Amino acid sequence: MIKVRGLTKTFRGRGNTVQAVNGVDLDVAEGEIVGFLGPNGAGKTTTLRMLSTLLRPTSGEAMVAGCDLLDDPAGVRLRIGYVGQGNGAGADQRVGEELITQARLYGMTRAAARQRVDELLTRYELQGMAGRTVRTLSGGQRRRLDIVMGVLHRPPLVFLDEPSAALDPQSRSNLWQHISSLRDEHGSTIFLTTHYLDEVDALCERILVIDGGRIITEGTPDGLKGEISGDLVTLEPADPAAAAASAEQLPGAREVTVDGATVSFRVSHGDTAAPELMRTLEAAGNPVRAVQIKRPTLDDVFLTLTGRSLRDADANPEPGQGE
Amino acid sequence: MTVRLLQQTRLVFVRSSRPWLRSPMALLVGVAGPLVYLLLFGPLLKGTVVRGGGNPWQWFVPGMLMQLTLFGAAYAGFSLIPELRSGVMERLRVAPVSRAALLLGRVISDVFQLALQGVLLLATATALGFRASVPAMALALTLTAVLGAAISSASYTLALKIKEEYKFAPLLSMLLVPLMLLSGVLLPMDAAPSWLHTLSRLNPLTHVVDALRAIAVGHYGSHATLTGAVVAVVLAVLAVAWGMRTMSRELG
Ligand SMILES: Nc1ncnc2c1ncn2[C@@H]1O[C@H](COP(=O)(O)OP(=O)(O)OP(=O)(O)O)[C@@H](O)[C@H]1O
Ligand SMILES: [Mg+2]
Repeated sequence: MIKVRGLTKTFRGRGNTVQAVNGVDLDVAEGEIVGFLGPNGAGKTTTLRMLSTLLRPTSGEAMVAGCDLLDDPAGVRLRIGYVGQGNGAGADQRVGEELITQARLYGMTRAAARQRVDELLTRYELQGMAGRTVRTLSGGQRRRLDIVMGVLHRPPLVFLDEPSAALDPQSRSNLWQHISSLRDEHGSTIFLTTHYLDEVDALCERILVIDGGRIITEGTPDGLKGEISGDLVTLEPADPAAAAASAEQLPGAREVTVDGATVSFRVSHGDTAAPELMRTLEAAGNPVRAVQIKRPTLDDVFLTLTGRSLRDADANPEPGQGE
Repeated sequence: MTVRLLQQTRLVFVRSSRPWLRSPMALLVGVAGPLVYLLLFGPLLKGTVVRGGGNPWQWFVPGMLMQLTLFGAAYAGFSLIPELRSGVMERLRVAPVSRAALLLGRVISDVFQLALQGVLLLATATALGFRASVPAMALALTLTAVLGAAISSASYTLALKIKEEYKFAPLLSMLLVPLMLLSGVLLPMDAAPSWLHTLSRLNPLTHVVDALRAIAVGHYGSHATLTGAVVAVVLAVLAVAWGMRTMSRELG
């Protein structure tokens, strides 16, 4: 559905040059929900704006929804939905009128537009809002309205830029359900950016991590957590020193440390490695009283890859970057 | 292709017109400035002598029509800036919509608004003593519509380039007051020192005001009318072309 090779974008301002995207390759298959994760200023929005024809890449090529991004931007526009980082509905417009205009801009007839708008207002829990002025909606309602505008024309590929930023926890999980159902019920492919770890955990099958304009890793949320940092296994054996020596023998075990009565180490598959070790220790007359396996968070992943925590990166946004 | 363009332009026109059609106060506020001049400045004209004699309202009212057009259309770009910032323009530009339609729909909405305000202005003026035939008034409104399209296009183009209200507002006031004074809206330029007179002739708006004044006294085919019409059309073509080019470029 998306195939990108060597995409770059350089912004040249007066006296300063920003390399916002620096050689991005990515592939997204039909029907996938892919998360594009990175701290503020990583280049997420810039990549999305290029893939949705809003910005011309400095170099690189891309096929988006079956059309060449550079040769056939009009074809791309017809086939994608785009929900930007900001609000897409005019503050002075009425909800229903704004939606019908949007549908008609995509070539729907008046009757088809009206029917589709009614259907989506109900589905996105905005029924009764058609006559309201956009300015009077709550943040969560406006965000749902943005998504409705992005999917009115039933696009096979939907880009979402930080769909749940600035929403309360309940509205966020509600929004996630809507996004999942886009794929589950309509088979849409979804490419979303976020800097929330729980969002990719809840929503995405695959994540691409971007930092400083480059994709630094990709994989499934579980795979990345397992491969990169490994699970943290903590044991309370009868003889910690002997247990540590056995743990060193486990394939892939690292960071083996003894702290008083406990032994801890990291390993890719803690859930299978720990019972195996326990059996070995048991057989050697070194029983284990307690065991704990902690799955790493995506923040651990990010820390391992960049030496920074995602949260630290967020706490120091680039100058001029707002939330 | 052209059918799509017309359809999309109409959709953008209707969308742009909805907010001001819903609050007619905005319409009145826009025409309030020139109306105040008509009511409070106009009576002072009684007894003044206009070159060639005749009714001083015929000289004064075309100037007020120019003031309405200039100020009404020049601020059009202000409505675009919040939409650039929030993501509305981004959303519209991702849609398969012609860039020309995104500009023209808005411009036509502004011209429509100006025309309604112009009718209000001419009706008030007529009540006060202005005398012109219906075809003369229609011709004058057509000319101001063409000029209004030029100014509103230029305003959107500047808004697209400047993107910030706090920079846009001072730029406009810097441009508008000299343009208005130099076009001889309030006082005739005949008595001006020669440098001022030259500056005034270089201001394209002067020629449009002269044309409106010629029309107001029934000189439809005069040299002044033709010059003013040509100036307005050329300005409109240039400004719309500039606007479409800017609108088609990426927003950065
Ligand atoms: N129009 C522009 N002109 C100059 N620099 C820009 C422009 N747009 C983005 N940048 C810069 O490019 C870099 C990447 O920005 P981008 O908006 O893609 O980040 P992001 O990952 O979406 O961040 P956020 O999480 O804050 O939305 C930043 O350093 C930003 O300042
Ligand atoms: Mg962003």
